[in-house]
Amino acid sequence: MRQMIIDELTQAMQELTRGFAHILPRIIVLLIIAFAGWVVALLLKMFLRSILRLIKFDKLSENAGASQLLTKAALPSATELLSRFAFWVAWLGFILLGVSVLGILGLQDEIARFFLFLPRLFVALFILFFGLLAASFFSRAALLAAVNANLRSPRLLSVSVRTIIIVFVLSMVFEELGIAEQTVLVAFGTAFGAVMLGLAIAFGTGGKDLAQQFLEKRFAFGKKDEGKEDELSPL
Amino acid sequence: MAEVKLAEESVLTDDFLRQLIDVGEVDILVGVPTHNNAKTIGPIVETIQAGILKFFPRERAAIINADGGSRDGTPKLIASAAIHDTRPNSKPYALRTFHSISTQYASSLALGTALRTIMAAAELLRAKACAVISPESTQITADWLTTLLRPIYTEEFDLVLPTYSRHRFDGILLTNLLYPMTRALYGLKIREPYALDFAFSGRLGSQFLAQNAWHDETAQAGSETQLTLAAIAGEYRICQSFLGAKEHAERHSADLVPAMRQTVGALFSSLEPNFSLWNARTGSQPIPTTGAAREFIPEPLRVNRKRLREMFSTGVAELESVFQSILSPSTLAELQRIARTEDVPFRYSAELWVKTVYEFAAAYHQSVISRDHIIQALAPLFRGRAFTFLTENINGSDADVENNIESLCLEFERTKPYLLEIWKR
Repeated sequence: MRQMIIDELTQAMQELTRGFAHILPRIIVLLIIAFAGWVVALLLKMFLRSILRLIKFDKLSENAGASQLLTKAALPSATELLSRFAFWVAWLGFILLGVSVLGILGLQDEIARFFLFLPRLFVALFILFFGLLAASFFSRAALLAAVNANLRSPRLLSVSVRTIIIVFVLSMVFEELGIAEQTVLVAFGTAFGAVMLGLAIAFGTGGKDLAQQFLEKRFAFGKKDEGKEDELSPL
Repeated sequence: MAEVKLAEESVLTDDFLRQLIDVGEVDILVGVPTHNNAKTIGPIVETIQAGILKFFPRERAAIINADGGSRDGTPKLIASAAIHDTRPNSKPYALRTFHSISTQYASSLALGTALRTIMAAAELLRAKACAVISPESTQITADWLTTLLRPIYTEEFDLVLPTYSRHRFDGILLTNLLYPMTRALYGLKIREPYALDFAFSGRLGSQFLAQNAWHDETAQAGSETQLTLAAIAGEYRICQSFLGAKEHAERHSADLVPAMRQTVGALFSSLEPNFSLWNARTGSQPIPTTGAAREFIPEPLRVNRKRLREMFSTGVAELESVFQSILSPSTLAELQRIARTEDVPFRYSAELWVKTVYEFAAAYHQSVISRDHIIQALAPLFRGRAFTFLTENINGSDADVENNIESLCLEFERTKPYLLEIWKR
């Protein structure tokens, strides 16, 4: 009886040792890959930071309005954030590559899925950045046009343009990431429809006189307002 | 070989090219860019023809109409205008060929393309002197032709710019920005850097045609101003000629931004390639001027100053986020202070105006935001400056207004080092 227990224990120990001896080189490979990945990710981060500084990415991000968002969220600059993001994505990729060497069943699929997700993540970030840039550009264009046309509430117009574009961009980002596609689609459709309906009602009731004035001015050829004073000829 | 290349690359249509080939070579060419100008164009073309026949009877001449898709029959009017009315009287003087050609360069107005078409035609016809007359210059007289073309044809000038007798408050963008800034930076006292009636030599036209970025929309919009700046940069011989009175044209507030794009946008964009030129120049020199200004009694002009003030104050308040990218904190704070002034008329001083314009020019160079947005953002501030200019001169004489403009010019010249300082940031 005693001998049997000793034999079983010895066998278990031998199997454990064999298993450990089998996995130890793989762990060493994992550590080597992780270390190499850390070095590569660090180099990538430094390289990307230099490139972004060279192309004045922070200025671009400031124009896009992304810098203001980052400052409010107490986050570092856009250049720093993107460099760090690239570092972690690269390093995580290497670590997962190392983990796949261990040959743990089930983990392989998850790792493959992660690598398949990366391009979509980059596309989503691309859409987000350029969407913010477009929102900033068009809202500023609306603001300037409204101020120079002497329209009332130019800032409201500008904010409306920005909001519509950002909502549109976010719905595209979520769709690209595959997060709650149906919910986002329905929410976007509902929100967009509500905004348009609201605007239609607002213009219909509030802008009645304005529309009348505009149409009168537009189509009343030859009818000169006697009391109207001249605009200065700038040239 | 050069002509073949021109035909391939230019904006000239095949039909127009055939008509030009039929003309052969000319000495004098008069270009008339049009777009729905049926109301005014007839008498203008008649006057041009009369002027050519009177002052250049021995020269081969052509009138080229570049039309931007008029739908009111303008090109037909030009083709038929006054040939029968003018020629019989002028026949004794018409010793050489005289052609009148019209071409449609596009289906919509594009002044840059119109000028390009006229320049390409002038180059192809090897015109020695070419004048461009605005279809809105209803006050044109036959004398204009000799006033504009003679300095080029006989005195070898390359660019003749006009001067006019104007209402003292007409052309405030010219007197408060374009003229003083061009003068301060390039060192030449050119009173009308943006001209719609002007003349240029064949060599300047060819050089400008080859160098200008015609595919760039900004360059297209301000091609008249760019021609002046190209002549300055190329050190061509420039003079200005007095043409007479310029009538006040009725404008709308919406006209200001396009006008600023054509003039201020062109001036700002010229600063980058010409940095070495304006960086080195100090002070300013007069340029040769022909013809003396005659006394002019303008029609009274009613200006809505209240509206100017309101648009300035609203602009400063609403565009704060835009100005933060363009202006220095001290300039912005000062603008906000005067925009908040109530009851009494505010004073947008010459010092502050010059500082504002220079900061805008530097922001344009550094592209802190879209360049077109920078130009648009300057419009409300210009209205504020226009308000102050009107308020300060409302009871002044013409001489007082001139003194005021002169002191503004000197302020632009005095503050030039500030522009150089912020340019390199």
